[in-house]
Amino acid sequence: MEFVNLIIDNKPVKVEKGTSILKAAHSVGIDIPTLCYMSLGDMNIENKPGGCRICVVEVEGRKNLAPACCTDAHTDMVIKTNTMRVLNSRRTVLELILSDHPADCLICAKSGNCELQSMAHKLGVRKIHYKGEMSTYKEDFSPTIIRDMDKCIMCRRCEMMCNKVQTVGALWGINRGFQSVVSPAFEMDLEKSTCTYCGQCVAVCPTGALTEVDHTNQVIGALADPKKTVVVQTAPAVRAALGEEFGMKPGTLVTGKLTAALRRLGFDYVFDTDFAADLTIMEEGTELLGRLGRHLAGDKTVKLPMLTSCCPGWVNFFEKQFPELKDIPSTARSPQQMFGAIAKTYFADQIKVERKDMMVISVMPCLAKKWECQRDEFATDGSPDVDFSISTRELANLIKGANIDFNSLPDEEFDNPMGESTGAGVIFGTTGGVIEAAVRTAYELQTKKKLEKVDFEELRGFEGVREATIDFDGLPIRIGIAHGLGNARKLLEDIKAGKSNFHAIEIMACPGGCIGGGGQPLHHGDSSILKARQMALYEEDKNKPIRKSHENPFIVKLYKEFLGKPMSEKAHHLLHTHYFDKKNEFIIE
Amino acid sequence: MSSVKIKLNPKEVEKLKEVCTSFNNEGGELINVLHKAQGIFGYLPAEVQEIVAAELNVPVAKVYGVVTFYSFFTMIPKGLHPISVCTGTACYVRGAEKVLDEFRRRLKIQVGETSADGKFSLSCLRCVGACGLAPVVMVGEKVYGRVSPDGVAEILAEYE
Repeated sequence: MEFVNLIIDNKPVKVEKGTSILKAAHSVGIDIPTLCYMSLGDMNIENKPGGCRICVVEVEGRKNLAPACCTDAHTDMVIKTNTMRVLNSRRTVLELILSDHPADCLICAKSGNCELQSMAHKLGVRKIHYKGEMSTYKEDFSPTIIRDMDKCIMCRRCEMMCNKVQTVGALWGINRGFQSVVSPAFEMDLEKSTCTYCGQCVAVCPTGALTEVDHTNQVIGALADPKKTVVVQTAPAVRAALGEEFGMKPGTLVTGKLTAALRRLGFDYVFDTDFAADLTIMEEGTELLGRLGRHLAGDKTVKLPMLTSCCPGWVNFFEKQFPELKDIPSTARSPQQMFGAIAKTYFADQIKVERKDMMVISVMPCLAKKWECQRDEFATDGSPDVDFSISTRELANLIKGANIDFNSLPDEEFDNPMGESTGAGVIFGTTGGVIEAAVRTAYELQTKKKLEKVDFEELRGFEGVREATIDFDGLPIRIGIAHGLGNARKLLEDIKAGKSNFHAIEIMACPGGCIGGGGQPLHHGDSSILKARQMALYEEDKNKPIRKSHENPFIVKLYKEFLGKPMSEKAHHLLHTHYFDKKNEFIIE
Repeated sequence: MSSVKIKLNPKEVEKLKEVCTSFNNEGGELINVLHKAQGIFGYLPAEVQEIVAAELNVPVAKVYGVVTFYSFFTMIPKGLHPISVCTGTACYVRGAEKVLDEFRRRLKIQVGETSADGKFSLSCLRCVGACGLAPVVMVGEKVYGRVSPDGVAEILAEYE
């Protein structure tokens, strides 16, 4: 390994050759402000287009200032990061950016959480000395994401996430000079593009240019309606991240406070999507064993590997980009939709509430869930199984708006029957978790033996693509895991080419899984936050008295009283779905 | 993808696909392929960009990004009689701007646009090497020299 020695702000620095000035400075505790730059180092995700020029520094002997994020450190460089010239340049650059940015911070959805606003504060901008033309674009409202490109600063983080990380290809920089902006092809609406609604563009946007469609008012409306029985479900990843919105350390589990807050907001029943995750395992696990059994019996028509189907961003991805593989994923609906289907049938009957008088709200770490609950397949006579899905961020806003002091809430328990869950349901929120939960149940159902050790360390981690072979009492089950759609694409290409030898593959659209979802508190480029959330979910799993889905007593009861057995006709009707070919081909006549 | 607005000639589509193949369907050859595509179709409508995207396996958003970045590429078909006004230095100082304004006024189109009836399109170019005749206007292959704003109507009348 080759090293370079240089001086930054009078401090000697030694770094590996090829390291940027920015990283070299960080290594000795010197902070250089950045705006367009973003790095999720652990996941090999880096955005450094050198576009904003906020990170400029003075390099002795060099005429112009150097952008620290994309200039390599060299031996004998003498760098100053905070001279008058540097500070003035940074402020000028920022003022120029601000001169073409709406100054509606007071009412902007990103206010208080905006990196441009923070930078203006940090650099002490009190006046913008430049006036000129402002860029204006038509606002683009998709079912989940709003694009307000007047607020785009061309950092191109969204473009990087959409193309390099997710390989979705919906967004790209168009035009040049003052007219340049990030847009779908032909400036079409996002809804018509290849967008999967994974929300990773929203998760990294430094300003209010990309935000989620806000459904909090619909939730308040439902809660205020005395005729409605309002049921809420919260996804596993929410409890591991919501605390961050209230100043808690990343990775703080707030399951009890979350439950208490939902009750104080006025929800009639506070339930857990983890319950439906356990239900998903029953259906998906049974489906996998069924396919496996037929495969082992020599049936050549069986589709393997089976792919998980919990993630709506991933479903959108294969429907739009790999429709020829649409028979491979499990037909099991996602936990959100299984929950809605059971709540509005079985549970509504139990509490004697008519379907039309029940509202099901979900709290999700995800933006694609907003679209999933609007899909036609998940409605009965036009009434959706899940009425509205709000993100972790939106829930935080609801709690703040209702003046609830979250941090001092007592820990409360979920209601029953749909609030009871196992450790297997909890880990659905992280990459590797769904397949580990499935293995815990499938192993016991297949081998009829008790699983002594439920922790499958070999399935855990942060690597983009992972594989492991699990011994099912002499039968080796080959498992693949991918998180981030770009990684998923690699496994899909292998399947298409007939090169895949996995039995089951878990796919989650977002880097890290749901803990890194597009609806989570913003990580602002700190990947240690995602790791802390992951650890929190494994911690909650460990602390659960029951850790296998099929042992959840309320799941057992649900099958006994209502569904019969997994994959029964009723289960098929309520808990399974089918997929569509959404690859829009051009027509040449 | 965008809804289909125009029908492409299947023979030209075939030719485009051959061009893509000749560049080994490499995504890195996007600009070269677009250059040839514009040669085939005269312009780059959405439908052509979609074919290029599919053939080279790159997002159509990227193709559109490249097409809109380079001023050489156009998504507007040229008129039957493409008008080019030279705005090179010599023509400019001898009043090309006023000539251009007169074309704009009479045709009711801006530079880069095509008239609604598809008859004329208007563009600027830089020096045709006939500075002695400045200001110069070309209509199709025909060159007009020492054009004044008053002469614009006369030129257009030739093509009515």
